[in-house]
Amino acid sequence: MKIHEYQAKAILAKFGVPVPRGEAVFSKDEARAAAGRLGTPVVVVKAQIHAGGRGKAGGVKIAKSVEEAASLAERMLGTRLVTAQTGPEGRIVRRLLVEEGLDIKRELYLSILVDRLARAPVFMASAAGGMEIEEVAKEHPEKILREPIQPETGFQPYHARKLAFGLGLSADLVHAAVPFLGSLYRAFVDTDSSLLEINPCVVTGDGRLVALDAKVNFDDSALYRHPELQELRDLDEETPLEVEASKFKLNYIKLDGTIACMVNGAGLAMATMDIIKLNGGNPANFLDVGGDASEARVKNAFRILLSDPNVKAVFVNVFGGILRCDMLASGIVNSAKELKIKVPVVVRMEGTNVEKGKEILRSSGLNFTVANGMKDGAEKVVALAGAAR
Amino acid sequence: MSILVDKKTRAIVQGLTGHEGSFHAQQMIDYGTKIVAGVTPGKGGTKHLGVPVFDTVAEAVRETDANAALAFVPPPFAADAILEAVDAGLAFVTSIAEGVPVLDMVRVAAALKNSKTRLLGPNCPGVISPGQCKLGIMPGFIHKRGHVGVVSRSGTLTYEAVGQLSGLGIGQSTCVGIGGDPIIGTSFLDVIQMFNDDPDTHAIVMIGEIGGNAEEVAADFIKKNVKKPVVGFIAGQTAPPGRRMGHAGAIISGGQGTAKEKYAALRAAGIHTVQSPAEIGETMARVLGKSKGASRTVAAARKPLSKSKKRGKRRG
Repeated sequence: MKIHEYQAKAILAKFGVPVPRGEAVFSKDEARAAAGRLGTPVVVVKAQIHAGGRGKAGGVKIAKSVEEAASLAERMLGTRLVTAQTGPEGRIVRRLLVEEGLDIKRELYLSILVDRLARAPVFMASAAGGMEIEEVAKEHPEKILREPIQPETGFQPYHARKLAFGLGLSADLVHAAVPFLGSLYRAFVDTDSSLLEINPCVVTGDGRLVALDAKVNFDDSALYRHPELQELRDLDEETPLEVEASKFKLNYIKLDGTIACMVNGAGLAMATMDIIKLNGGNPANFLDVGGDASEARVKNAFRILLSDPNVKAVFVNVFGGILRCDMLASGIVNSAKELKIKVPVVVRMEGTNVEKGKEILRSSGLNFTVANGMKDGAEKVVALAGAAR
Repeated sequence: MSILVDKKTRAIVQGLTGHEGSFHAQQMIDYGTKIVAGVTPGKGGTKHLGVPVFDTVAEAVRETDANAALAFVPPPFAADAILEAVDAGLAFVTSIAEGVPVLDMVRVAAALKNSKTRLLGPNCPGVISPGQCKLGIMPGFIHKRGHVGVVSRSGTLTYEAVGQLSGLGIGQSTCVGIGGDPIIGTSFLDVIQMFNDDPDTHAIVMIGEIGGNAEEVAADFIKKNVKKPVVGFIAGQTAPPGRRMGHAGAIISGGQGTAKEKYAALRAAGIHTVQSPAEIGETMARVLGKSKGASRTVAAARKPLSKSKKRGKRRG
C-alpha cells in the first residue's frame, strides 16, 4: 500500500526522524493559513500524489510570501499532474503539503527495503541525493552503499557509522546519522514497510540532517496488524475498478487491451496475458480469481471485467485440477445469464468432470466458445476480439 | 529416486482438523502419502481422518517418527507454524499460506540458517514425487511417474506444464512449487542443484516469473554445472512495470526483474527457452527426442548415476 508524502513524514516524525515543519492542506485558504503559521520567509508547496517525479513536472513550487503560497495552492489544486511515473493520464492534485523552506547544503539518498537474496532488510545510501536511484544504479553502481541488517542483531550504531563515513559526512554529521538511521530502521520494522525512501535526505546550512522527502510503502500482507495504517489509504489514487475488485479480494490489475482474462493462479494469469499477446491480441487486465473459483467469485469477477468499456471478448482460463469443472461451468453460465453478457466468452478449463463442464457450457444457449488447451483458447479469443472490433 | 519427498516421507499436517487441512489431507492420503499425524492445539488425543492428532509438533514427532510437515495455517500464524516445525527438528516443512508478512519471513529465514530444517514456500502448492508422495495441494492425477524434474514459482502454471508433459507421455521425477513470495525457503538454485544430483532426473523444466533475480542466479549455476537439458519459461512478458502481478514477489521495480532480462540469462546458460506457455511440453519432448542420440547428454545422465551407486554402497 502506498501513502502520501505528508503521511509518511508524520509517521517518521513519530519515530524521531527529523522532517521539515509542515501541514497538509486541501484548499487555498488552508494553504494561506498554514503558510502563515509556519512563519518562514520561504515555504514550499508540494502536490501530494502517489507518484514520483513531481519536481520536474511542476508539482513542487517555492513561495516567498503567504499570499504567493495561497495563489500557488489555488493553481495546483484540481489540476492534472503528469510526471514520468504517472503515465500520460496523470493524477489529479487533491491535497498539498505546505512546509518550511530549508537552507540546503547537501542532498543524500537513503532507503531501506527487504533484499530477496540477503533475506533481510538492507539500507541503501548514496551521495547522489535527489537523483533517481535507478539511474545511479545503472550508471554508477559503485556509488550506492549497501548495508544489510540481520534480524538476529537488528540495527546497530556501526551500521550507521559505516554508511555515514562512506558518504563522506563530517564527524559531527556521522554523530547525528546514528540516531537518524536508527529511527528510520525502527519505523521500517514497526510499520511493516516494504520500502522506506528518503530522497533527498538533506544536510542544512546549520548542520542538521532532515528528511526532505519521504516515500513509504507498506507490506499489504502485514496490514491486518496495523489498523491505524489502513486508514491512510487514499482511494482517489487508485483505479476505480481495482478498488472494486479489492473489495472481493480479487487480484485485478487494469491494462489497456481488449481481451479480458479470468484465470486461477497468478502465474497462469500472467502466462495467459503473455499467450494472448503472442497471438496478436492485447490483454485488458490481469485477474487471479483464486484457487476455489466459486460461483460468487466468478460472478464478481465477470462484473468487474465487463465494466471495462474496452473489452471486446473474455478468456476464462482455469486449470482446476481438484476443482470440479461442472460446478465452475454452472457458475459461469449463471453469471453470464444474470449479467446479460454480450461479448464472446472463450472458456478453457481443466480438472475433474471436465467433459460434463464443457457440455453445460455448450448446451447453455449462450455465446460460449469451448477451447481445448491454452493455445487454442488464445487463438480463438484473439480472433473473436478482432471480429468484434 | 526423486528429490525432497519419496516413499519414506512420513508427514505431519499442521492444521489437520481445519477445513482446508482436512480436505487436502484426505487427498494426500488417497494419493498414498503417509500422513502419520495431525497437529491442532487443543485437539490432542483425538483422531481425525483416521490420523492421530497432537497438541504440539514436538509431541507428534516424538510419537510418530515423522520426518516432514505440511502447514495449513492462515498467513498471520504461518511463521509460528514453520518455527514450531523447525524447533521440533523436522528435516522438511512446507508452508502453503499465501500472504505471510515479509518481515515474518525475514525472521524465519534467520532461524532456518542455524537449523537442520529445509522450508518449501510459503505461498506454494508443495511438492510431489509422482507415484510416491504428494505433499501439497496439487491435483495428483495430472502427474505421471518419470524422469523430468519440474520447478516453478507458480501453482496453476506448474499444473499446466505438468499436464502438457503427462499428456505427451513424459513423466516427472519430482515437481516442486517454490512459491511466489519475495522471501522463500527453497530457491530455484537449491532445487536445480538437487535435480542435478538426482540420478532419476534426466531433464528439468524451470518456470520462472518476473521480479527478483533468482532465475538469473539459477541460470548461472546451470551454465557452469548442469549437463542435463533444461527447458525454461518466464511468465510476465506482458506485465507492466511497478505493479504486483498477484504474487507478492512478481513485480518489476526500477527496471529490474523483467522477463526480457531473465530470458537473456536463460538463453546465455544454454537453456531451451519457450516464449509460449502452451509449448513447454512439446519443447521438452523435442529436447528429449534429440538428446537420445546426443552422446553428451547420455554421458551426463550416466555421471550422476555412478555417483549414486557409490552413495548406495556407502549406505549399504
